[in-house]
Amino acid sequence: MAIKTKPRLRVPSSAKKGELIEIKTLIAHDMESGFRKDKTGKSIPRDIINTFTAAFNGKTFFEAHWYPAISANPYQSFYYRASTSGELLFTWKDDDGSVQTAKASITVA
Amino acid sequence: MRSNELVPSRRDMLKLTGVAAFAAALAPHLALATEETVAAELKKLFGGKKMGTGKLKLDVPQIAENGNVVPLNVDVTSPMTAKDYVKAVHVFADGNPWPQVVTYNFTPESGRAAASIRMRLQKTQNVIAVAEMSNGDFYSAKSQVKVTIGGCGG
Repeated sequence: MAIKTKPRLRVPSSAKKGELIEIKTLIAHDMESGFRKDKTGKSIPRDIINTFTAAFNGKTFFEAHWYPAISANPYQSFYYRASTSGELLFTWKDDDGSVQTAKASITVA
Repeated sequence: MRSNELVPSRRDMLKLTGVAAFAAALAPHLALATEETVAAELKKLFGGKKMGTGKLKLDVPQIAENGNVVPLNVDVTSPMTAKDYVKAVHVFADGNPWPQVVTYNFTPESGRAAASIRMRLQKTQNVIAVAEMSNGDFYSAKSQVKVTIGGCGG
């Protein structure tokens, strides 16, 4: 399953310098585990998002490796310490090689 | 990049931290896991390391009605400075067909080594988390989750 839908993000638009912000992300994906069987008893091949990364101004600060135990429509929340204004880039990488990204900008006062 | 994790490429292996690479290499024969085999593998992976407790908080429900969506929250106490931070947190479920659940890589910029996700649990089992600190210390936490309706499919 290629990633088609737009991921959903919750990122504060502004923060104080040094403030800890919580980032929440959600993307639509079946996360087919590879352990299920169809009606005829054939195994359904694995197809999951295997890597999620978050980067600020090009530098990755958080990385999550997902395995088949991650639920469908994966939700991920994590933290970032705001230092300067800039752009956050989130990347989801699918087993089939497709990649989905989302951006958010943050203003640090 | 990591298009087929069942057969991790050499480049992938090198890119991961030592422990994570070891875990990925072991994953295929962890596939038919039981509580005992997972415990034995974890002992092999982290056996030489002193496992502390307390700094790593593993937050999972005691009872999960639906094994397809079980909230999983990890939180490690750490100043998260360039000298002293949490490098990684690995989560395993010892009753799942594929015991690895998630591996997080943190950096000092993360500010706080905490993350939440939702996972699948096939049956009642232990969830085990291991935190790897920048100074080489390890911390672990374990919690049993009772699952009413299993996830992962038939």
